[in-house]
Amino acid sequence: MIEKILVLEVVLPLLAAPVCVLVRHPRFCRLFSLGVIAACFAIAVALLVEVRGGGVISYQLGGWPPPLGIEYRVSTINAYLLALVTAMALVVFSFDSRGGPPRVPEQRRHLYYAVFLLCISGLLGIAITGDAFNIFVFLEISSLSSYILVSLGGHRRAVMSAFYYLVMGTIGGVFFMLGVGLLYQATGTLNLRDIAARLEPSLDDRGTVLALALLVVGISIKLAVFPLHHWLPNAYSFAPPKVSAFLAATATKVSFYLLAMVLFTIFGAPFVFEELRLQAVLLPLSILAMFLASGAAIFQTDLRRLLAYSSVAQIGYMTLGLSTANATGLAGGLVHLFNHAVMKGGLFLVVACLLYRVGSVHIDALAGIGRRMPLTSAALVIGGLSLIGVPGTVGFVSKWYLVSGVLERGWTAAAVLILLSSLLALVYVGKVVEVVYFRKPAETQPIDHVREAPLGMLAPAWVLAAAAVFFGLTTDWTYGVAREAAELLLAGGI
Amino acid sequence: MNLPEALVSSVGWGLWAYWLLIALMMVGLYIVIARDNLIKKVMGLNIFQAAAILFYVTMAKVAGGTAPIVPAGADHAGGHGGHEIVYSNPLPHVLMLTAIVVGVATTALALALAVRIHGDYGTSEEDEAVVYDMEHG
Repeated sequence: MIEKILVLEVVLPLLAAPVCVLVRHPRFCRLFSLGVIAACFAIAVALLVEVRGGGVISYQLGGWPPPLGIEYRVSTINAYLLALVTAMALVVFSFDSRGGPPRVPEQRRHLYYAVFLLCISGLLGIAITGDAFNIFVFLEISSLSSYILVSLGGHRRAVMSAFYYLVMGTIGGVFFMLGVGLLYQATGTLNLRDIAARLEPSLDDRGTVLALALLVVGISIKLAVFPLHHWLPNAYSFAPPKVSAFLAATATKVSFYLLAMVLFTIFGAPFVFEELRLQAVLLPLSILAMFLASGAAIFQTDLRRLLAYSSVAQIGYMTLGLSTANATGLAGGLVHLFNHAVMKGGLFLVVACLLYRVGSVHIDALAGIGRRMPLTSAALVIGGLSLIGVPGTVGFVSKWYLVSGVLERGWTAAAVLILLSSLLALVYVGKVVEVVYFRKPAETQPIDHVREAPLGMLAPAWVLAAAAVFFGLTTDWTYGVAREAAELLLAGGI
Repeated sequence: MNLPEALVSSVGWGLWAYWLLIALMMVGLYIVIARDNLIKKVMGLNIFQAAAILFYVTMAKVAGGTAPIVPAGADHAGGHGGHEIVYSNPLPHVLMLTAIVVGVATTALALALAVRIHGDYGTSEEDEAVVYDMEHG
């Protein structure tokens, strides 16, 4: 039974999108999409419960057995990703943005929901499929729809950011496709497990090394790994706030899974981290991301841009966990997927609340807003504390396991650098908190008319803020699942 | 071994198709980086994608292989009239049908965005748009 409903995870949102286009009724489309996403979330949770403890569920599309047919295959790590993406989609989608994105008139709103659903189904497809070329197709479905979503931001520069994102994303996608082609050339198969079983990577085999290089660079563009992150700050700061929240919480997370899967499952940790020594590149880049992007965040005057740069830094933590290549560090990176999604999704929803009431999230416009919007500001503080990694928040859990993993590897200097970079987070979060609570509003920008955000906006933001505390105290579901997924990856499984 | 053959083997010209498509790829990438006109950037991106598509088509070719269509009267093992038929690999071609569709969608979206940019900025030149952003915030 469960393997029959597995395929619905992707098929439901994929079919719901054209339904929205045909029905054209904005309110119906919104509720319908919400229902579909809720159903996907329920399926993802059922899958996660089913596979915990090492189970695997496989579905053969069209009844063609793998390796010839396309196989959807769910183990702990896939189910973890599916649950993460659908949970974030559900929370963000239930956020009532009062009139949708700025560039979309009422009579076109149904198309916005359709694109949103396509993006979700693309992301879920990447996480669920066991076929390399299928991943490319889903990667492009999710990317194309996220370019559209980014371009819907109100500012003129949103369209320009979407264009840059498209150019970078397409180059990344083509690199990925070439990498898959080289793997197909080497093994004659596209099924991920079959590729992993047949591939015998060695440094003398230039085709295989090139495949690895193309895949890693291609995915790194989509993941915004440090020197390839240039598209991200613009895209996240000009996209509609709800879209920023959704993309920050899901898109880079799925890319991270893809990178981990390529390195550990297809090429295998012994080749990547012992023969090729990829950590010699990945570790410095991660640390640079942590410091330079956090440093850039300090100097931003727009809250959205600040959060976007902070995202680049947080991706540095995740790739740092990847480069340790031990169970604790990798689990730290994987648990940070969820933890960062919760805090950054929550923070971008807070930004959406502020934008709705104040009309700007420029740092000067937010002076003294803590008194006018106490609940929104409190959620902002919780998210900020979590970014720093204060004990009792999810950020602490991630950093704890990352530091443990790094120390297990014997990289004391890196552990010290993780802690030092948290101080930079303290500076940029402190800057915002200082302005929001302690600075007097400028006389030219009276804030007396500003009221607390409506419940439909506040509730989703607070769900994530509460989750940031709850999962900071209870780690059984988050770290427990991440640990299991990390051990699975290290053993070369999916 | 005569001179041309020695030349071919020493620089790897036996893989000339790969050299050619990597050159094509770099031409596309150069256009994307170097041109300020957004439409030209999109065309560069197209060339870049076309190179990747050619890569798949190239690797599908089997030396001496024919189109992968089983002729009427072929026996069960794929032989015909007593001798075996060699086919080219059809799978990469099928994959590229999908990749071409993705490419068309990307191009269409990029051009649509370029139209919007032209509407908002009054130009399709990237450098002029950057100046416009600096002046208007």
